[in-house]
Amino acid sequence: MTPMMNLFLRFVAALVLAVLMLSLSDYALAANPLPEGAHNVLDTMGPQAGHILDLWRVFLYLCCAVFALILLALLYFLRRQPRGDAGTPPELGFVDAPEPAPRRHVTRAVIASTLGLVALIVASVFTDRALARLPLTGAVNIDVTGHQWWWTARYRNGGPDEEFNTANELVVPVGKPVIVNLKSDDVIHSMWLPNLAGKKDLIPGRSASLQFRADKPGVYRGQCVEFCGLQHAQMTLHVFAVPQEQFDAWVQGQRQPAAEPADPRAQRGKQLFQSVSCAMCHAVQGTLAGAQRGPDLTHVASRKTLAAGALPNTPEDLAAWIRNPQLYKPGSSMPATPLSQEDLDAIVAYLGGLK
Amino acid sequence: MSRRGPLGEEPARGADAPQLKDGEGPGSRAALALEQTWADPPGFFGWFCVVNHKTIAKRFIITCLVFFALAGLMAAVMRMQLARPGNNLVGPDMYNQLFSMHGTTMMFLFAVPVMQAVAIYLLPLMLGTRSVAFPRMNAYGWWLFLFGGIMLFTAFAVNSGPDAGWFAYVPLSGPDYSPGKRVDFWAQMITFTELSSLVAAIVIITTIFKFRAPGMTLNRLPLFAWAMLVTSFMVLFAMPAVMLASSALIMDRLIGTHFYNPAEGGDVLLWQHLFWFFGHPEVYLIFIPGLGFLSAIIPTFARRPIFGYTAMVLSLITTAFLAFGLWVHHMFATNVPELGKSFFTAASMLIAIPTAIQIFCWLATLATGRLNFKTPLLYVLAFFFVLVLGGLTGLMLAAVPLDLQVHDTYFVVAHLHYVLIGGAVFPLFGAFYYWFPKMTGRMMSEALGKLSFWLMFIGFNVAFFPMHMLGLHGMPRRVYTYQAGLGWDGLNLLATAGAVTLALGIFVSLVNAIRSRLAGAPAPADPWGGGTLEWATPSPPPIASFHRIPIVYGRDPMWQPPPAGAPAFVAGLSAQTREQLVTSVLDALPDHRMSFPTPSPWPFLAALATTVLFIGSIFTPWAVVWGSVPVAVTLIAWFWPRMRETAQELALEKQP
Repeated sequence: MTPMMNLFLRFVAALVLAVLMLSLSDYALAANPLPEGAHNVLDTMGPQAGHILDLWRVFLYLCCAVFALILLALLYFLRRQPRGDAGTPPELGFVDAPEPAPRRHVTRAVIASTLGLVALIVASVFTDRALARLPLTGAVNIDVTGHQWWWTARYRNGGPDEEFNTANELVVPVGKPVIVNLKSDDVIHSMWLPNLAGKKDLIPGRSASLQFRADKPGVYRGQCVEFCGLQHAQMTLHVFAVPQEQFDAWVQGQRQPAAEPADPRAQRGKQLFQSVSCAMCHAVQGTLAGAQRGPDLTHVASRKTLAAGALPNTPEDLAAWIRNPQLYKPGSSMPATPLSQEDLDAIVAYLGGLK
Repeated sequence: MSRRGPLGEEPARGADAPQLKDGEGPGSRAALALEQTWADPPGFFGWFCVVNHKTIAKRFIITCLVFFALAGLMAAVMRMQLARPGNNLVGPDMYNQLFSMHGTTMMFLFAVPVMQAVAIYLLPLMLGTRSVAFPRMNAYGWWLFLFGGIMLFTAFAVNSGPDAGWFAYVPLSGPDYSPGKRVDFWAQMITFTELSSLVAAIVIITTIFKFRAPGMTLNRLPLFAWAMLVTSFMVLFAMPAVMLASSALIMDRLIGTHFYNPAEGGDVLLWQHLFWFFGHPEVYLIFIPGLGFLSAIIPTFARRPIFGYTAMVLSLITTAFLAFGLWVHHMFATNVPELGKSFFTAASMLIAIPTAIQIFCWLATLATGRLNFKTPLLYVLAFFFVLVLGGLTGLMLAAVPLDLQVHDTYFVVAHLHYVLIGGAVFPLFGAFYYWFPKMTGRMMSEALGKLSFWLMFIGFNVAFFPMHMLGLHGMPRRVYTYQAGLGWDGLNLLATAGAVTLALGIFVSLVNAIRSRLAGAPAPADPWGGGTLEWATPSPPPIASFHRIPIVYGRDPMWQPPPAGAPAFVAGLSAQTREQLVTSVLDALPDHRMSFPTPSPWPFLAALATTVLFIGSIFTPWAVVWGSVPVAVTLIAWFWPRMRETAQELALEKQP
């Protein structure tokens, strides 16, 4: 065997081993949910993602076995067979005579592959059924609408006067099913919550829904996964799964109109908010600002991020964002707002009080 | 003997039937005459009139490889941008153009046409004939392809490159969300390349069906030719869907129709159905010729005929049929009915069976052969690692629940590159090393070839294997940047390092090709001891390919010479005009002789006129009206019967 061949065999063997190890490593990977919010298919936090993970394991193990078998067979034959060169007379005995042994092996291999594939189809269909059977009684109903490049969420439980809007962050109760009705008002987006469920497209002119349940409290990161234009990369959605009481309290808070600012600077901020361009696009319930072009800011201070996950929600980042959004999210619909430092501070103070 | 025709017509002046016939070997008077008859026209203007399949195919291959290199460089820039989080090498606008151009170029300007180009070079040699069918139309197809590609890259150079992805989903690509001309250039590029590949498909089908050497029954057709035949039929059925889709898009954008506008009764998903009805077979258009390369290379380097010829042919045909029943697996995340999706899961998984049959047959061939480990075989063996892995992740994507997790993530990026690079690019490089001596008459360096192979193989796996993990860890596709701290940094850096290694490997092959072309060892006619007819010609083949048309007695004519006493060649085609032997479809029995067209500037001019129409209609719908006038003029001139040629054909007809 040539040294080249030897190297080839070793390299292939190492890669096969690596693939097999990947199949065992999913638990190790799952041990480290990220502080910014978990976003890992292998780290499931609810029944929907759990069913899919079970199916993933079936596929992974079977596929790894097939991969290993084919490569081992290939390597065995490559080692075993005699060498030839361009001058070796071709073996023509096979031309008219049947080759019973290889034929038998090929037939068996094809039958085995077919059975394996049928098994995978059955496993897939049963997982589909399991996914469709998530109990939905007492579900939290949320309408999520995709925009370039942020999300509106409208909580639909309760009467019309009890509905409210928020943006880019969902709060859901632990252990309760959630039905997300998906719509888009511009291009196609897709909502993906890897730890909780799969994904579903938000398609203009069509409606779809995604059901999930979070069984553990935590922060779960989701992102738009259908290419939707310039800022497709920065269209994040966070899901906060909290205990029921905390969720109820949050809902009560969200149903209230915006808090009236107490200190004079924030009061000035409110005046400015309604008189400069902010109110052209944003709504703050309980004030004159009622536009729906941008995210609803009634309780913006209760959110953890700005601009669909592009920035953390701190006063400094908020000020920087208002001054020049194009720096952080080029192409965003929000224009730079020329304001004096004093005016900017006032608006930031006002928004910072909207808990 | 009366020279009058059956209707008593006078023979035209100078229309004596050419008397010299082929049938003698190299160096004979007939062979010299053949070389003159089939020669490309000389000079600068001659360059635009060439119709010879070898010359056109070489230009076609080089054009495709240039596009491959450009699209590869774009991928390199994207990998640099993604090497670290929050990178600022390119902005979102440039990044979106880059990935749209990369995908579009690789799919439309490289992967499908390069296979057709190689086939246009090889098929006449493999089939034992002197030309492809419709040589002028073949030239027209290449010119059109060239102009379409130049248009796309010119648009990119002036910052009007498409930026809605190679899939151009509406409404993002529609008039409301993609103002400007970027998407129009993309859609018109589709028109160019689809027309070009339809032309090539017709040329390939007709060549295979009607211009095989006598005795080469369909049952003896080389598997590469079978693969191209199946591919070409798929082109005929797949391409109209995308032409329909892109034409409707152009009309939505240009003249205010509402095919895809839900507000006016259109449907956004219509685009996806039409696009993927083409788009999924497209994968097989790229992959099936790769299978053909494997079936050509493996027997030569295993020193035996392929195992399971019939099963291989039937597998190719089955793949082609099934490929049209899978498109919805690209749309599992949309709201099409859930039960329907399950059927597409089943169909998508079952297409693995014909591929598995072929893999097992190749394994059986290798398992019973005597192996000659040369560079082409190494590239082919990479298929068993790379494509098989890509095929297995394909099974995962075919299952609706798994797809709902990994769809539109880097897992899919990994999968599709494993399939396309493993199924097409590695076999193509194998084919390149295998047939380079035939095309150029020079051997390539084995040492550089093996170095290139290992760099490519290792680089490829280091670049793309981590992408599986990135997808599972939540990284979406088509993002120009990502934040630090998401756990994607290390894997992305690794992928970039792999991409650089892969690019280096391809560069080594380029150096090898240029070096060998200039100063490689002269190649004998049959350097690998291959079994198919192209190895019967000298390297490089003379312009008329075969001075004598061979008669075929087995599937591997070079290995199965004529039985004692049986004739090895047919004779009697005119050596002074471009005369071709037409044989029957099934049994390749000699049927009749046919005069072939000579070099002509009209295919070039017609392609130019078509280009004016296509590019003009990006800017005004009226271009379709006034642009059709030059197209009509050039086509009429192209097809106008020339009295002298007609007379000569008649004379040959009467006095064979």
